Order: sequence, then structure tokens, then C-alpha cells
Amino acid sequence: MSEIPSDLKYTSSHEWVRIESDGSVTVGISDHAQDLLGDLVYVEAPEQGTEVQAKEACAVVESVKAASDIYSPIDGEVLEGNETLADTPEIINNDPYGEGWIMRIQPAEEADMSSLMDAEAYEALVASETH
Amino acid sequence: MGNRTPIYNEHLAAGGKMVDFAGWEMPIHYGSQLNEHHQVRRAVGMFDVSHMTVIDLSGSQVKAFLQYLLANNVDRLKDSGKALYSCMLQPDGGIIDDLIVYCLNPDWYRMVVNAGTSEKDLTWINEQAGAFDVNIKERADLAMIAVQGPEAIDRLCQVLPDCEPVRALKPFFATELDNLFIARTGYTGEDGVEVIVPNDRAASLWSELREAGVAPIGLGARDTLRLEAGMNLYGTDMDESVTPLESGLGWTVAWEPQERDFIGRKVLEQQRKDGVKHKLVGLVLKDRGVLRGHQKVLVGDAGEGEITSGTFSPTLGHAVAFARIPSCEQDHAEVEIRKKHVAVEIVKPPFVRNGKSCL
Repeated sequence: MSEIPSDLKYTSSHEWVRIESDGSVTVGISDHAQDLLGDLVYVEAPEQGTEVQAKEACAVVESVKAASDIYSPIDGEVLEGNETLADTPEIINNDPYGEGWIMRIQPAEEADMSSLMDAEAYEALVASETH
Repeated sequence: MGNRTPIYNEHLAAGGKMVDFAGWEMPIHYGSQLNEHHQVRRAVGMFDVSHMTVIDLSGSQVKAFLQYLLANNVDRLKDSGKALYSCMLQPDGGIIDDLIVYCLNPDWYRMVVNAGTSEKDLTWINEQAGAFDVNIKERADLAMIAVQGPEAIDRLCQVLPDCEPVRALKPFFATELDNLFIARTGYTGEDGVEVIVPNDRAASLWSELREAGVAPIGLGARDTLRLEAGMNLYGTDMDESVTPLESGLGWTVAWEPQERDFIGRKVLEQQRKDGVKHKLVGLVLKDRGVLRGHQKVLVGDAGEGEITSGTFSPTLGHAVAFARIPSCEQDHAEVEIRKKHVAVEIVKPPFVRNGKSCL
């Protein structure tokens, strides 16, 4: 069973979202997503200042098997991409909710967080996809 | 539910992640494809390749038949147990399948063909056999385990009562031993053997090999290992729309003797005379990024081609690929990855042999 921390929000495309105390959000991929992808060998995190829109592909993770787009969960601007992933992409496999974060985003004023799932809803989604 | 090999339960017990492969439920990995890849390059691992099809051919005209059926010439198999890699072609030169054929004795040959093509192959072989005195028998009663890596022979010998005949096997030779058919062949670029074993003994042999320290390896690592080793995958790097000359397999076509009339010969002769328009090459990307099948390859004035299979090479630490490109003398090209152009080198495969880089 994959780990799904209860204090995070999730998207249907398997990103996790942590809303920080300063109003920014940190984004990564779920334990379930890294498990599906297998050993990651390449990550293209977005550059600082990139304008992103909800459900828009803005980063790429590649495993030995396949490439997969990472979608922004909200409208906003990229504050920082996790540069350490360029040399050590396997951090995402080892610590998807911690050191394996992919980007930090400053949400736009009109950004809509209401469509994000809570842990319970995401767990149901994972269960439905694996059966 | 797909077909299951006799080793299916052992895969589940070892934590194998099962996927559909050509109608078979096969392990893609047992946890980490990368670790499994390194395990084979550095020590030893084993693959369940029982989904592949073993075909025995016998009869008074079996040699003449195979000389007609295959682009390579089984007359090269002078010594008992010798193996030959060959393509089986359509009259237009398109590749029906690639295979290994062994000669056990002058009246008995054994062929191993791909899983995804076995039905098509058997139909074709039977159709062509019409006028020849030859018996064609699919051996569904046999399973196959490939033991590969620098320690492969030593580990295998731990589970065999008398291993001298195996140690004495030269590459691309096979022998029968204790009701096992053992061939010093493989699909990884490492030393090793492929063992054809009766179905009812396959699971126990697998377990004995595990106890001898041979790790199970999934189809995922099999693909990255074969790509590093510069070996084509049927259905990906070649199919019925291309000839061996367009697939880096000109060396497997036996042109001599000229009077041997094998299926597809006329078209290949013409292509050889006129020159091929496309060729299969290796690509190397030293910068970051991963080459993948179907990415576009730009070869300057020569035109455009396409990657047929690409991956991150665990041994080399960067991406490598096969690509079919217009015939040219260039040694560099560009690949389009997500609308960006990245520079790659054009090389002649293999990329890795016996654990070491060939670049």
C-alpha cells in the first residue's frame, strides 16, 4: 500500500500539494505515482518565474520506462524548481513527500484550491485505478 | 487472463510486478529495474523467457528447407550444437521475425522465435514447408530460463551434477545435458546461457538457481540490457516493413553461395546493388535527457529519421538509442525532445559489452 499523508492535498494526475504558512504551495508526485513510474533517471523542473496554469504540464519526470508530465495544480508563478533533482532524480523514489519535492509555486490571487482532493478522496482514486 | 509460464508462482513469490507481454503474464521488475540491470552487468541474474517459442524441425530435407527459409545459411552450422542468428523474410525482404537456430544433428534443428510472432511464424513456416520432407513441431512442453552475467556459468554449475560440458561450451554453442538443452547465448551482452527445460522441471530449476545466488530479473531490465548490447528488438526496431539491410543486420545475410535461393533474396540483392535509403544506427546523448522511441531525428541535409528504441543507459549514465535515419556519412544529429532540439552522436552499436562501455 502506498503512503498518502493526510495533511496534503492531491490532484487526479497524482501530484501532491502542500499549502505552506507563507501562502506558497509545494508540489511533488505521490508515493503511488513514483511507484508506478519506477526508478527515476531524469527530472526537468520548471525555472523560477515561469507562469503556470492549473492542469498545464510544467515539469517532466522520466523513469527508465517512460516519461511523464507533471501538471501544475493551480494558476501561479514558479518560485523555485528543485535543482538537486537534476543530479539525483532517485530522491523522488526514496522520499516523494520530502526531499523529492519538484517545485514551489506562488498561487495567483484568483487561484482555485477547491478542486484539490483531500487524502481520503485521493486514496479512493488510487484504489479505483489499481482495481 | 493471459498465458502463464511454469514459473509464474515463483515470480509472484519474489514480488514480481506482472504485466501483459504478447499475451503472457510476465514480470516487468521485482522492485527496481535499475538494480536488476546492474545485477546482470556486475554479477548474475536470470530471466524467465518461457514465453518464447521453441520449434523443432526434423526430416530428410530439413537442411535444404532451412536454407530456403532463412536469410542466414544453416550450412554454416558444421559442428553439432552450433547456433546461428538469422532473419526470416517475406518475398519482398520484410522481416517476419528474427530467431536463433541450433543444429543438433544433420536431421534435427531447433529454432527459438519471439513470443509475439510465434503464431504468424508457425503459419508461415508450415506454408513454406509444403514441398519439403520436414516435420515441424512446436515444443509447448518446454520452458526457458536465461542465466546471464559474469558469474552465470559458476552459479549454474552449482546446481548441475556435472558441469564440464557447460564450461567447455564456446559462445553460440549448445549441448544437451541431463535432459536440459543448454546454449551459451543470450540477449544482454554478457556471458551466460539460455537453458531449455521441460515445463515440469522449470520451477524447481528456477528455485535451485535462486538458492545458488542468481537473482530474478524482469523484462524491463532485459530491454535496457539488450539495447546497451546493441541487439535489435523485433516489432520495435524492425518489422515486416523493413529489410535486414535497413536494420543493421546485413551481417546476418549469407550472400554466398550465390546459387542459394532463400526467400527475399532477389529484393535484398537489388537493395544491395542500389544502396539502402535508410539505415539503423546508434545514438548517444551525453547531456541530460532521455531518448525514447518515435522521437524525431534531424540529420542535417540528409533529412529526418526516427528513434526506434531509446532509454537511459544504467551502465553509461546517459541516454542511448537506435534510430532509423537516411543513409549518410554524418556522425552527429539532433533529436527533438518535447519541441527542443538536443545534439546527439551517431555511433555504431553496441554501446556496452561485458560490463564495459564501447564508446
